[in-house]
Amino acid sequence: MAFGPSLSASRVPTRRPSWSGTIRSIVFTAVIAVIALFLLLPVFIVVFTAFKPASEINAFPPTLVPHNWTLSNFVTIFRALPFARLILNSFVFAGGVTVCAIVFDSMAAYALARIDFTGRRVLLICIVATLMIPFQATLVPLYQIVSSLGWVNTFAALIAPRAADAFGIFLLRQFFVSLPQDIDNAARIDGASEWRIFLQVVIPNARPAILTLAIFTFVNNWNDLLWPLVFTNDPNMGTLTSGLTLLTGPGGIIPQGVMMAGALVSLLPLFIAFMFAQRRFIESLSSTGLK
Amino acid sequence: MTLIKSRRMARPYRPPAPLGGRTAGGPPPSRRKPLERRRRVLRALTFLAPALIILAVFTVGPMLSALRLSFTDSNGFGVANWVGIANYAQIFSDPAILNSMLNTLLYAVLFTPVSVIVALALAVALNYPGLRLRGLFRSALFLPFIVSLAVAAFAWSYLLNPEIGLLSYWLDLIGVHLGNPIENPVLAMPTVVLIAVWKNFGFYMVIFLAGLQDVPPSLYEAAKVDGAGPWRRLTNVTIPMLSNTFGFVLVFALIAALQAFDQIYILTSGGPYGATQTVVYEIYEQGFQQLHLGFASALSYVLLAATLVLSLGQFFFFGRRESEMN
Repeated sequence: MAFGPSLSASRVPTRRPSWSGTIRSIVFTAVIAVIALFLLLPVFIVVFTAFKPASEINAFPPTLVPHNWTLSNFVTIFRALPFARLILNSFVFAGGVTVCAIVFDSMAAYALARIDFTGRRVLLICIVATLMIPFQATLVPLYQIVSSLGWVNTFAALIAPRAADAFGIFLLRQFFVSLPQDIDNAARIDGASEWRIFLQVVIPNARPAILTLAIFTFVNNWNDLLWPLVFTNDPNMGTLTSGLTLLTGPGGIIPQGVMMAGALVSLLPLFIAFMFAQRRFIESLSSTGLK
Repeated sequence: MTLIKSRRMARPYRPPAPLGGRTAGGPPPSRRKPLERRRRVLRALTFLAPALIILAVFTVGPMLSALRLSFTDSNGFGVANWVGIANYAQIFSDPAILNSMLNTLLYAVLFTPVSVIVALALAVALNYPGLRLRGLFRSALFLPFIVSLAVAAFAWSYLLNPEIGLLSYWLDLIGVHLGNPIENPVLAMPTVVLIAVWKNFGFYMVIFLAGLQDVPPSLYEAAKVDGAGPWRRLTNVTIPMLSNTFGFVLVFALIAALQAFDQIYILTSGGPYGATQTVVYEIYEQGFQQLHLGFASALSYVLLAATLVLSLGQFFFFGRRESEMN
């Protein structure tokens, strides 16, 4: 796993390291490495079991790394579920929510941060107040709305209710407010319209915040279980996360290796995205105090 | 672009600014003509319209209809009758529902301190100056946070499986025989909590790490000069200096605990004998399996009330701390 260098790693001790200090630091690092490896055991078990033949999975004593690597679990999972369809659904759902939310949240945030209009503060407080409503609490009437629109088992049901969210608006608004006011005053004096200021001045400067929100929204929706469970009941319209639970029905007859192959496929896109963006993701997550 | 980015990255962690604060941008409020003011409102509304419509239709609207539903016996078919507070009365008298509330409370009481302590301990360890490969460890330990609770549940149930599970085998070797914890009424709850702790500790750890960057090194130097050992420095310098971060993480953890559902749905279905039946799981069962829409809505409002109390607590907590610091 090639992770980039960390920002905080620049905090090197100022003293010249002595021998005993070096040994202590190596021992400490080794201890942390063992703890980290142990804490990542569930991730390793998913990865390794996915490539294990059933005979090894059921053998005693259990092992971590397979002796004979096999792809048969992946073949089985693609037969057991409309798996390619689930992958597509997950991408359309999580991607669709992310794109819509970024567009609508940033527009709303722009108005709340950069346009001085009557009622701005009240509106902001109202929007932030909706942050406190857990979606589980509105699920029953939400389902009624969605089903009266005939949207059950459609992407519209999965995406539209989340096409804007108070949290994203609040996050981006905080960022937009922190941008220097001069940049759009100058554009305004030149006669630029609000849309031009929004698209050509504010948005390009807010890329880090937008990226954070995008990753966060995508991960959350990709991993969400209750949402697709409620709004879809056709196995062809489920997501990877909800589709995999079909395998764990009563009896749980699906072999562990097949489960883990499915789990690994559902993990992979986020894992790859995380490898590329992990530093940005962690830094901005902690500095913005994301939900 | 570069300038703003670097400034942002270098800025230490601060909890979100209080609402609408004085930092709000925009030109200074001017006494302009009413016409100009109206034009500004219209202009702002064109930007706000899509988001406001979505929030109104899919969040505020459902919240209000849930309130109305909660006073009816709606079951998805036929006419719903007004039943007054009967649903709420049932919530607070039905032993099964009270059990789900107690379970949610138990979940919160187990989940919150354990995940906060694990996260803090790892954050302090990762902050140790002699540690090598800090960035690698931070990323690796954050990794569980991007794993879905569903996948985490699959992985843990396999690890703990008494016949073929690796962890169960290792525990057997050191003389700990758990049987199948998921089917054990006493161990089922700690197990589903463990899965959630595992998923979330990395996120809380990262927030604590950011908070630790804010503690001035001079405080540690002073404590050292005064003869404070590592433990005293932790309890008397680090933890008090992190109190803001603590409040933040605690509320996140509590709200996450109130919404416990995924791993319970996958592993235990609320069992064994209702031992892991939580409020959100109960809402799901009542609303979407038994179609007791009125009752499920009333239960939703209990959840909403609990979340509101916690969020407002956080709000006032931070409001107070912010004003103390200014």
